[in-house]
Amino acid sequence: MSTWDRFAETFFNAKVMHRYLPDILSGVVVTIELALLVVATGIGAGLALALLRSLGIRPLNWLIIGVVDLFRSLPPLVVIVLIYFGLPSAGLAPSGFVSTWLSLAFVLMAFSEEIFWAGITSVDRGQWEAARSTGLSFGQTLMNVVLPQAFRLAIPPLTNRTIAITKGTALGTVVAVTEILGQASSAMSNSYNPSPLMMGAAAYLVLFLPVVVAARFIETRFAWKR
Amino acid sequence: MIQTFFNPEIIVASWPIVRAGLLNTVLLSLLVVPLGLIGGLILALLASVKTPAVRWPLMAWVDFFRAFPPLVLLILLFAGLPFAGLELGGFVCVGIAFFLNTGAYYGEILRAGIDSVPAGQIEAARSTGLSRLQAMTYVVLPQAVRNVLPDLLSNTLEVVKLTALGSVVAVPELLYQARQAQSLTYSPTPIVVAAIVYFLMLWPVVRLLSRLENRALARR
Repeated sequence: MSTWDRFAETFFNAKVMHRYLPDILSGVVVTIELALLVVATGIGAGLALALLRSLGIRPLNWLIIGVVDLFRSLPPLVVIVLIYFGLPSAGLAPSGFVSTWLSLAFVLMAFSEEIFWAGITSVDRGQWEAARSTGLSFGQTLMNVVLPQAFRLAIPPLTNRTIAITKGTALGTVVAVTEILGQASSAMSNSYNPSPLMMGAAAYLVLFLPVVVAARFIETRFAWKR
Repeated sequence: MIQTFFNPEIIVASWPIVRAGLLNTVLLSLLVVPLGLIGGLILALLASVKTPAVRWPLMAWVDFFRAFPPLVLLILLFAGLPFAGLELGGFVCVGIAFFLNTGAYYGEILRAGIDSVPAGQIEAARSTGLSRLQAMTYVVLPQAVRNVLPDLLSNTLEVVKLTALGSVVAVPELLYQARQAQSLTYSPTPIVVAAIVYFLMLWPVVRLLSRLENRALARR
């Protein structure tokens, strides 16, 4: 057997791959579920916080800034470990899935709040005043004048952050979430063969590469023409 | 509640373990940030050669690592390579993974910085007799770095936070040490302490970044 054959036999073993394909696929489903939940709740909460902040209530703003700074400073894995291993001592026992979801959603919330807020503040004061003077309410001004411009500014950095944080679903492995990496790792130790890990790696690329390429397109599409 | 999450006795007892972890996190960061910067600089310099034969593979390389979770890369090196007869320690694996992963991110930032320097600058530098390398080192790069300083800083913050991944491959950094202390004391206190240490260490950087971002917006 040549070196290449032996390499292929080890890392791309057809029999092992065939046997563990269903496991990896079920991991893909979990990863997708987790990713969608994180994106929807994280960005939703981030937008909600940015809107709250635009009301300009001082103590509330300090609170928002504090929470945002906290989740921008802590490594996502530390938040996951804290929730998963810490909360049971307080009588709550979130599953690994819930711990990972909450942690990544908090982190994405923090980053997206900053990005949305930067977008909102970038809209010139004069536009607020002009919109209000034509008789639009505060809410109408926000929805119809400020947010459309803020979103446009927010989209390129937001897609980048979202991808970086959503990739973090792999961290769920540490708290026994059966997503792609978790499935691949246990399949690898069961079969004593790295082929499942190669399948897992391929699965991540299939999932995330199109998103990264789309993000590159969006970045150029939404860039302000100067 | 305080007895569970912030037990003074456990803080005192576990502090030497956590402190050793903090020291290792600092050392690890001092190693992987320059590694990533070197990787990024190589990519950015390659990208300044604007031929399709260089550009397309480079873009594919960067997109690959933007799509690939760093933890998967780390596990691949740590648990996959031994099957090819290559057994690297957790520490070396972290170094390689960071070089590849964060290098791609730094590369994108530095490339944007180099692109932001007007071509006239290079032409002027070259016409005064500087070589291509000299023009890049003394004229283009200093301006490029200054133009993307907030992004570089922001990425460096992410890199330092990412060193917590080392805990998965038994590198005794802050999170790993805290989890060791947690299993020794049966208390979540050491992890809370580690989280506080991370926050105190990185919060000033987050504040600084917020201010830099606001200033960038104000200038618009």
